Parts: sequence; C-alpha cells; structure tokens
Amino acid sequence: MNGDQDPILKQVTQGEYKYGFVTDLENDALPKGLNEEIVRRISAKKEEPEWLLEIRLKAFRYWLTMKTPEWAHLKIPPIDYQDIIYYSAPKSNKPTGGFEDVDPELLKTFDKLGIPLNEQKHLSGFAVDAVMDSISVKTTFKESLGELGIIFSSFSDAVREHPDLIKKYMGSVVPYRDNFYAALNSAVFSDGSFVYIPKGVRCPMELSTYFRINAANTGQFERTLIVAEEGAYVSYLEGCTAPMRDENQLHAAIVEIIAHTDAEVKYSTVQNWYPGDKNGKGGIFNFVTKRGICLGDRSKISWTQVETGSAVTWKYPSCILRGESSVGEFYSVAVTNNYQQADTGTKMIHIGKNTRSTIVSKGISAGKGQNSYRGLVRVTKNADNARNYSQCDSLLLGDQCGAHTFPYIEVDNETAVVEHEATTSKIGEDQIFYCNQRGIDTETAIGLIVNGYAREVLNKLPMEFAVEAQKLLQISLEGSVG
Amino acid sequence: MEPVSEKITLDNQLADWYFSNRDLLMSSSSSVFNSVRPAAMESFRKLGIPDASFENYKSTNIPKIFLSPLNRYIEEKKILFSVDDLFHCDIPELDTELVLIVNGWFYENRPRLQVLPGGMIVGSMAEAARQYPDLIKAHYSKYADYEKDGLVALNTAFAQDGTFIYVPRGAGSDRAVQIVNVLLSPEDLFVQHRNLVIVEEGATARVVVCDHSLSARQFLTNSVTEIYLGPNAHLDYVKLQNENDNCNQISTSFVHQERASDAIFNTITLHGGMIRNNVYTCLNGEGASNQTLGLSLVDETQHIDSYTFVDHAAPNCTSNQNFKYILDDKATAAFTGRILVQPNAQKTLAYQTNNNILMTSDARVSTKPQLEIYADDVKCSHGATVGQLDPMAIFYLQSRGISVREARLLLMYAFGHEILGKISVEPLRERLSDLVDKRLRGELSRCNSCPLHCQETC
Repeated sequence: MNGDQDPILKQVTQGEYKYGFVTDLENDALPKGLNEEIVRRISAKKEEPEWLLEIRLKAFRYWLTMKTPEWAHLKIPPIDYQDIIYYSAPKSNKPTGGFEDVDPELLKTFDKLGIPLNEQKHLSGFAVDAVMDSISVKTTFKESLGELGIIFSSFSDAVREHPDLIKKYMGSVVPYRDNFYAALNSAVFSDGSFVYIPKGVRCPMELSTYFRINAANTGQFERTLIVAEEGAYVSYLEGCTAPMRDENQLHAAIVEIIAHTDAEVKYSTVQNWYPGDKNGKGGIFNFVTKRGICLGDRSKISWTQVETGSAVTWKYPSCILRGESSVGEFYSVAVTNNYQQADTGTKMIHIGKNTRSTIVSKGISAGKGQNSYRGLVRVTKNADNARNYSQCDSLLLGDQCGAHTFPYIEVDNETAVVEHEATTSKIGEDQIFYCNQRGIDTETAIGLIVNGYAREVLNKLPMEFAVEAQKLLQISLEGSVG
Repeated sequence: MEPVSEKITLDNQLADWYFSNRDLLMSSSSSVFNSVRPAAMESFRKLGIPDASFENYKSTNIPKIFLSPLNRYIEEKKILFSVDDLFHCDIPELDTELVLIVNGWFYENRPRLQVLPGGMIVGSMAEAARQYPDLIKAHYSKYADYEKDGLVALNTAFAQDGTFIYVPRGAGSDRAVQIVNVLLSPEDLFVQHRNLVIVEEGATARVVVCDHSLSARQFLTNSVTEIYLGPNAHLDYVKLQNENDNCNQISTSFVHQERASDAIFNTITLHGGMIRNNVYTCLNGEGASNQTLGLSLVDETQHIDSYTFVDHAAPNCTSNQNFKYILDDKATAAFTGRILVQPNAQKTLAYQTNNNILMTSDARVSTKPQLEIYADDVKCSHGATVGQLDPMAIFYLQSRGISVREARLLLMYAFGHEILGKISVEPLRERLSDLVDKRLRGELSRCNSCPLHCQETC
C-alpha cells in the first residue's frame, strides 16, 4: 500500500497556502522594538484614556519580570522581542468611516479572502469585524445590530464609546499577570473586537472577526472581549490568514468571554495563519490566551477550533465553570504538517455545583509535524456532581511526525465523575482497503477517513465555516493525505 | 523559611553528609560502587532533592519528608531480632528463598551470598560486588540514570548494600525469591538500599518484595532497584508495601528489557505514609512485553504518588500500565504515566490506564496519563477515570439481600481484583487478595503503630 500512498501523501501535504499574497498598502507603523515609550505611543496613537495606558504600563513592567514559558512540547527559536514592529496600521483607513471610506485596496484584499465587507454582498447572516495588522478596518452590520442593543465594534471604538463596560470586564478573565504572552498582549494590544449582548437578546446573526497580518516584521496583538448578559446568546467566529514570508511573525492574542446567568456563547475559530513552507521556513508563531468564565448559573461556553495554520501554535481555550450547572465545551481539530508544531488543549475548571464539561480533541500529524494535546480538568472542593468527559484522539500520517497527549486531571471532590481517554493510531490499512474495494481511490479514501475522523468537531461549526474548515483540512493535508 | 532556601539548605546538608563520610563510604565498599559515587554526587549537587518545580514531582512534597531530622546510617548497626517473629509476615504456603534486608542492610539469616542449585545467586549486594565485580559492573548504574533524578543520584552516591539476584542463562525455578525489607530501629532512620536483579537470556525469575516496618519510629526509605532482562527472559515481580503511616518511602525501579523478554511489575500498596513509586521501563529489544501494574488502598492522611515511564525503544513491543487507587478519609493520590514511542518503534502496542475511586469528599486525586509518540504504525491509548462506586450496582446487590456495607466491599474488591488477578504465583495471589480484603474491611491492623507488636496479620 505504501507505494501507492506515498505520491498521494506527497501531493496532499504539499498543497499551496492560498492566502499567501501581500497587499500593497502604505502603513503607518511605529519603529521596531519594545519599551515604555512604544507602549505610550501605541496608546497615544489610539487616543486612549489614561486608565488604559496605566493598565498597559503595568502589564509592560510586569512582562519585563517574566520569562518565556518553556513547558510546552515545542521547539521555538528564541524570539527577539526588540526586532518586532508592535504597531502597524494601513494608512488610508479613517477611524470611524463608513463603507465608502475604506481603502479600495483593503476591500479587494478582504474580497480575495472571501470576506466581503460590503453589506449588500452578504448572502447569509454574518456580521464581520475585519482586522488588518494592528487595527480594525471595518465592522459591518453595526447599525442593525445596534437596534437590538447589541454592541459589536472594534475594541478601540468600544474603549471610546463604552468605557464602563471595558473597564469592568477587560482583564477580569485573563489578567495581565496570567502568563508571559498575556502580559505582552496587555501592554501592546492594538485592536480587536468587542461584543456585548444585552439581557435576553439572542443575536440574530453570526458575529465574526477576520484577522489578517499584512505588513512585514510586525506582530499582531489583538484582544477580543465578549460579554453575554443574562439569557443572551451569541455565536462568534474568528478567522485568520497571513502572507507567506520567510521570517517568523508573532501573534499573541487574548480572548475573554463572560457569560452571565443562562447566557450561551459559542466561539469558533478557523485558524489558518501562514504555516511556513515545507522546509519549516517562516510561518506565524501563534501564542494565544483564550478563556471564558461561566459566571452565572446555567450559562454555557463552547469553544470550537480548527487549527490548520501557524508554524507554532500555543493555545488553550479554557472555561471557568463558576455558575451552578454551567457547561463548558471544547472541540478541536489540530493539523500539523511539514514542520508545524502545535501544543494545544483546554482547561476546564469546575467550581460551581453540577457543572459539566466535554472535551473532544482530534489531532492529525503529517510530515514532520508535532502535535500535542495538553489539557487540565480540575474539580474543586465545592464542585459537587461535576462531570467531565474528555476524548483525545491522534492520527498519524507518516513515520516522522509525532502525536502527544498530556492530560492533567485534578479531582478534589468525591462526587465528581471524570473520564479521560485517548488513542493514537494511523489510518487503518483495512479501512483504506475497504474503500478501494468499493471503487474509491486511495486519496479519496484517506480524505474520507480524515473527514470522518474530524466530523465530530466540524459538526459543531456554523454551516459556512464547516464547509470552509473541511476544505482547509483537505488543503492542509494535501499530499500527505486527502 | 522560604521553601526555596529550605531546599538549598537540605541539599547542602545531604551533600555535607556525603563529604564528611566519604572516606568511610569508600573504604567499606567495593570499587564498583565507589567508581560512580563522585559523579552521582556531582549530579545530586546539580539537581538536589526534587521539589514542586520539577514537573514530575509536582504532586508530592519530597523536601518535606526529608526535613524531619533522621539519623542517617553509614555504618551498619547490628539489630538483633528473632527471625521467627518475622515469619508472621511471611506468606504462608509459599516456599520461597527468603532474603531479609534490615534497615537497608543484608541480615545474616542465610549465607551472605549463596549459589543455589541451578546456578541462581541470591544474597547481599555488597557481597556480590566483592565476589563478582565484573558481573555487577556490567549492569550497575547502567539503567538507573542518576543524571536525571536527584533521588537516584543520592542513592547512587550512598549505595552500600541491598539485595542481589542473578539468574544465569536458561535457569530458573518456580520457587520465588522473597525479599523482606524490614525497618526496625529504636530511633528515626533514613534508609537507602540499592538492589540489582539480573535475569539472563531465557531465564525465569519470580521475585516478591515485602516492605514492613516493625518499630513505630519515623522512617524514610530512598531505594533504587535495577532490573535487567536478557533476551527471552521472564520476570514476575510483586512488591507489597505495608509499612506504618510514619514511614515515608521513595522507591525507584528501572526495568531494562531485551528482545522478546517479558516482565510483570506489580506494586500493591496497603499502608504507609507518603509513598512515591517510580518505575522506568525501557523496552530495548524487539518483541519485548511489559506490564506495570499498581493497586493502592489508602486512607487517613496517606499519600501515594506513582510515576511510570515506558520507553518503547524497539519495534514490535507491547506495554500495559494499569494503576488503580481507592482513596478514603483525607488520602491523596497522584499518578503520572508516560509512554514514549521512539521514531523507529513501529508496531508498538501501548496501553495505559488509571482508575480512581474517591470514598470521601476530603480525598484528592490528580492524574496525568501522557503519550509521546514519534512513530506512526502504532496503537497507543490511555484512559483515566475518577469516580465513585456505581450506586446502581450497589442497589442491585441490595436488592439481592446484600447489605450496603457488603455491597460496597464487594465492588471495591472487584475493582482491585483486576490487578491482583495478574499475580501468577497462586498462594501469593490468594494471600494478597486476602490482605486486600482485610484492608478494605479495616481489619488489617497497623501492627507497627500498635505498641503490642501483635503482628497477627502483617
């Protein structure tokens, strides 16, 4: 079988990165390097209030005392934090302009990425906040959402327009002291999205942010804050791409979610940053801190992620289940091909009574990729009747890749029921043979099997995203497997 | 005092203890031990006693158990007692070669080193190093890596005596070797014994190790056992830990397996204070198979921490790890298991599971089953569960006229039996099942904390 599979594997793993183009835009960028002056200048550029600058400076000073975390199963070359541009904005953008004000070049870029910013062009119910490099370019459907009391805007706009909300919630889930990259982000974050769903409102459309790194040598540091008031519901999507470049670029983001009583937040990510070429050159270093807190009773936070891009992924979307009967979910498909490395997973912290969490993680490794699941399930003393089910499967498509599982389970309550299981295997030759025998060629067969394997997670994505994710999965593995 | 400076003080104390006794250590031991001592000490000074900053020792506060002032023995102190007393501790109906190790020293109830019919050699490690230096040299400190673990380094730096078992090529009998590690001292004691088991090609060995304490003093044991299995060798190793709750124990075992060898390493923990068991397995030859198992029944403020590392270094090997804990009262437990499949180790089958039952809300468990896989044609899986006894099952038994208490005991017994069932020596299996049963009923007395020393059960 190997004879047949090898060329197909090659073909599948060597698919081109489609979003690798660079848009020629004039940038308004700060010089390279990081110091207090830069932090102050970022804040000044964004015309931020004093309190926010204070937070930034505190975070920056704290960051200086911290060390790069090295516990992850990742080999990361040392990052020179002084060799990065921390702020870069496409020049022609006007801060609060409407559709007409957006630079046509930018519109073209997002069109090319399949993200039409023109509201007329929208077929389905998606509202988009498009973020290019450091700043938000355009937020669609802002007005019609506003009628329902929903706030969906760029982070900077929110700081200006809703300072009380930002003050109240920013850093309440991921404090700047949380970890090295969170501190860095808190000091230099440039923009991001803010979502506020008022009491009892069910957001009628999918909200979505599209992140694009364009400029060279820049790092992207955005933060997203989602607040769902009592009984609110929102489904939020995030997508990202970057041009192909030979040097590594840094992306360190923070996402915070707050779900009050009976609220539900669904957060989906299709992460497709540039993964580097097939020799492991270039690619994005993706260090993301994502965390949600189920503050109120019966609230629910659900993370779904499809991770196909980035040279290095370091990401643990987590749920703090504080409210009684709150629910946390984590569904993940992570693909590593060529020299990609991923160390990803989740934390489920059960604090409230009758809390439940589900973890489904599917890792796929091909080429020389290294894929790790790292997760924590903690049941604290008072979390009576907590329930967790974790399943982590790894699929190996090649004899040079690696698949690793590092679950941590800490139980401090007798009534808890915690289950974890993990398997690692390659695609069964018998499965491929079965397909062949039914007239399905090996490439299609492998595609079918991989898709079937990831189906449980892909099904959790909103329809349009699921289709895209499925395609992505195929492209990422093109050559290694269908 | 700050934990960090505490650790530094402790590390320095232990190092000082080594340097002030170095001449004595060197003069009383064979050159086999002495040749690695300085390097091991060097390594200990680098690593120190592992504290919570070592990922693998996160769940167990090792420096804490070292802090209590313990008399540290370099010279053997003659402790006299009647061996007959100890036969209570024996497993009846089991015909074994009995080796007694008292406070880490070989006890001369039998020749210091004896060649048994069939060529098997059993006896004192110190004596063996004197009589068979080449044999020991070929294996000693070859599997126990003192550069990675400060506790192994400490043991290697101070190694003097322990048990030695050698089974020559093709030899072996059904008769088990029973090693009874006895802690018996009028004062608190720190014990470090060093053991070596060599099972040559095609040979078979059965080893039963029982850890007991006979004085109600505080003991700390830091033992290292190296086990070598040649091609096609078989080993059945059962370790029973039943010390009083003032005894803290760190036991590190290294199992090195060559082609088509087969080993079962089973640890049953009944009583004891803070216990840390490390089992490192290296499957170094094609077709080797290994089972590393553990059953712990802990209560009060006991703490059990098991660490296993199975290194699949060769293709076509099979490994199975299964650890089960029942935790009562304020007991705490931790499990860390890792399967490493190296790039060339294709066709590996590896399985790892850790199941825990919490009986009270004060019991605590943390478990970390880990897989690290660099080969694609493998089947590896792991699982971990934490839960309670199934109320439906209890109800079912009640509906059949069985009392709640009995029903719970039955279920716990069934839970543990999966591990006990793997013990191949029948009388031993029955005896241990019986002990576990008694332990679950709370009838297994901590005879050593009892001043009467009645010892009816242990």
